[in-house]
Amino acid sequence: MKRIVLAFVALIVLALPARAEIDIKEITTPGGFEAWLVEEHAIPFVALELRFRGGAALDAPEKRGAVALMTALLEEGAGELDAQRFAEQTEALAASFSFDAHHDAVSVSARFLTENRDEAVALLRAALTEPRFAEDAVARVRSQMLSVLRSDLNNPTQIAHRRFDALAWGNHPYGAPANGTVDTVAALTRRDIRDAHAGALARDRVYISAVGDITADELAVLIDDLLGDLPARGAKLPEPARYRLQGGETVVPFNAPQSVAVFGHEGIPFDHPDFITAYVLNEVFGGAAESRLNREGREKRGLTYGIGTYLSARDHGALVLGQFATASSRMSEAIAVVREEWARIAEDGLSEQELADAKLYLTGAYPLRFDSNAAIADIMVGMQFQGQPADYIATRNDKVNAITLEDINRVARSLFTPEALHFVVVGRTPEQNGQ
Amino acid sequence: MIRVIMLVTAFVLAALPLRAAEISSFTLDNGMDVVVIQDQRAPAVVHMVWYRVGSADEPAGKSGIAHFLEHLMFKGTDVLGPGEFSATVTRNGGSDNAFTSYDYTAYFQRITADRLGLMMEMEANRMRNLEMTESDVATERAVVLEERNQRTDNQPGALFAEQRNAAQYLNHPYGVPVVGWRHEIEALNRDDAFDFYHQYYAPNNAILIVAGDTTTHEVRELADRFYGPIAPNPDLMPRKRPSEPPQLAERRMRFADPRVSQPYVVRSYLAPPRISGAQQEAAALTLLAQVLGGSGATSVLGRKLQFEQQVALHVSASYSGVSLDDTQFGLAIIPAPDVTLADAEDALDAAIDEFMQTGIDPVQFARIKMQQRAAMIYADDNVSGLAHRYGAALTTGLSLADIEAWPDIIDAVTEDDVLAAARQVFDKRRAVTGWLETTAPEHEVSE
Repeated sequence: MKRIVLAFVALIVLALPARAEIDIKEITTPGGFEAWLVEEHAIPFVALELRFRGGAALDAPEKRGAVALMTALLEEGAGELDAQRFAEQTEALAASFSFDAHHDAVSVSARFLTENRDEAVALLRAALTEPRFAEDAVARVRSQMLSVLRSDLNNPTQIAHRRFDALAWGNHPYGAPANGTVDTVAALTRRDIRDAHAGALARDRVYISAVGDITADELAVLIDDLLGDLPARGAKLPEPARYRLQGGETVVPFNAPQSVAVFGHEGIPFDHPDFITAYVLNEVFGGAAESRLNREGREKRGLTYGIGTYLSARDHGALVLGQFATASSRMSEAIAVVREEWARIAEDGLSEQELADAKLYLTGAYPLRFDSNAAIADIMVGMQFQGQPADYIATRNDKVNAITLEDINRVARSLFTPEALHFVVVGRTPEQNGQ
Repeated sequence: MIRVIMLVTAFVLAALPLRAAEISSFTLDNGMDVVVIQDQRAPAVVHMVWYRVGSADEPAGKSGIAHFLEHLMFKGTDVLGPGEFSATVTRNGGSDNAFTSYDYTAYFQRITADRLGLMMEMEANRMRNLEMTESDVATERAVVLEERNQRTDNQPGALFAEQRNAAQYLNHPYGVPVVGWRHEIEALNRDDAFDFYHQYYAPNNAILIVAGDTTTHEVRELADRFYGPIAPNPDLMPRKRPSEPPQLAERRMRFADPRVSQPYVVRSYLAPPRISGAQQEAAALTLLAQVLGGSGATSVLGRKLQFEQQVALHVSASYSGVSLDDTQFGLAIIPAPDVTLADAEDALDAAIDEFMQTGIDPVQFARIKMQQRAAMIYADDNVSGLAHRYGAALTTGLSLADIEAWPDIIDAVTEDDVLAAARQVFDKRRAVTGWLETTAPEHEVSE
């Protein structure tokens, strides 16, 4: 058995990873919108993704949560339809629309059947361009949002992230939750929501992708109809955020059996030439299930169910950020492990073998992402948002394979800064643990 | 070598859409069932092995062993070192994981289509040749305890659900949490894991599901080569769990925790699952959940409690018939600010009573049917989801014929069927009602 297994492994390691063959059509509509399309006529529906740059970061300090509340209200009545009629019509068409606001963007994901595409698009058009923001709907959705915000205040993971963001970014919008705070959301007026709508959903900041049972000509007409009546220009984007946190530890007392740690420091922006190298580096360090941190924290010591790090590269500021949870009594041991690994990768970088394994994994896994209309639409809108060309898909694995050990270890030295590493720990204090 | 018992290709139904994915199945001589779901849109496959064993099959006092064994399955075999299984998947650009439920335990990898043979070779190897040291067991037990901490003990809503579940079942092991009770997890050892493994991990207790860019022919050849030689376990017993006695008394509980910010009420009723050859009642209950709580703006409870009376921030109704034994029909209400849990529960009960009197709006019913039909089209976009659905159904007593018949059965349900099912299930003697509340923060949380 052993020989067979090994023979098989050797054979396939030599095989080249499959290539993602995604036939992207880049179209410009008569109305001047640019969009990416992949035609896939096997299943009679279309997945459509829209992304409007700006998002919750457009909120003024005293209006935090306005864009998020506005976004949640888009499906709560539009044009001639109140919230209930709008939902009835959407359900009757078996279409689905989801609206989401985060710091850098408002995202719209839609899927609709070929057989009633025009009716579905008319509904979505009404939601985007003629939302009602009726008083009763505002009150109802605001209450729901406040309930979630209050629960977040009692959730150790949420508390940890909020505290880290606040310490890292201060008064910049990144320092506050995209959903705002109990105080700011409670004070938002209907006028604030209308302003947020006018500022966030505009033609100058929209990225569009579609995958499914539709031709380029049909899509062009659809987009012009869907978005043509949005305002030409939206609100001014915020200034870059200044990272203001020093190395150290911040403890937030919270009485629960398990403590949560969020840790990290300033990261690397997406448009930096070393970003993809940093991405590969982080996969080895804390990104993948087989990462160094999981090996040290979970596999060897059983400290945690899982530990991970990721590169948070947002429009106005970047972080290397990680998170884990462990029994309160083992938190200091776990922090020591992370600090040690942080220092080790900064000093010694990766081994030849780790880099080779990461390349095999990442180049093999990449084509697997493109496995559904919804996934491809989401990837394509993300690429446009990040400024990547459509042929990036064909060249991405070559870029990964071109990374040398020297490159990645140079990036390791600059990206990982042990003395800047800060932990926010939410959990029992040593006294509460009886230590 | 391989007996073909069934070949289901794409089917056409008058009111239902054509299924794009092509599905076939066969059984190996050693009793291992195989299902192939073909979808050539991406050069990837999902390879899954589902065992017909879950936490509800555990010996008394060993709660969590099914899930603990699932973790230990990654520790190594006679030819694979600790962690080598996942490391090999990863080096080949794939990802792998596993999950345990009451009725099944499943292992899966998502990987480039040309690595399917390697996945089968490794998965077949660990079906019978698992190895682990005492030290592996001790470390992994600590991981599982942290998993329980993270998912249950640190989440008051999850602790509340665990208590309600325990109250729902008087005798059946569905009342025991899948992850296990903490004090029993702490005592699980290597022998417990091996006993469970040797009894249940065998080809005649397993279902192989391959979904994605493959063919029936390829799967048949590879499955025969890698899984075919494994001997079945002749001592496998039919799955028979302790069953529920008649439930004669309503159960009520109040769970208080200082970490709760938003109180709510949950009611669950014991309800029948989808039964092979007799899925009509489960189909009616599936639609009942949609009618009552499918969407806030259009469902019976959403309209009444969120929009009309404005006593709720959120309401829901839930039911999943994919279960080997009796499952639950759930109702939940999150009250609006200044509405007490007592008033919220009363309003919920009054809305249900009114619904039983007035019946179902035929326009709403037609919309729900339309969504159910369209769900088949959208489901074809997610081949992993399809594979999951087949695995869960086949390990909970349903056949391929039952799975294929389900959309038709749903489509044939009438308003009267839904009301009849509601009358059957809404019996408070078989219900648990729980209130989740907050307490003053100085109260010590038990560990």
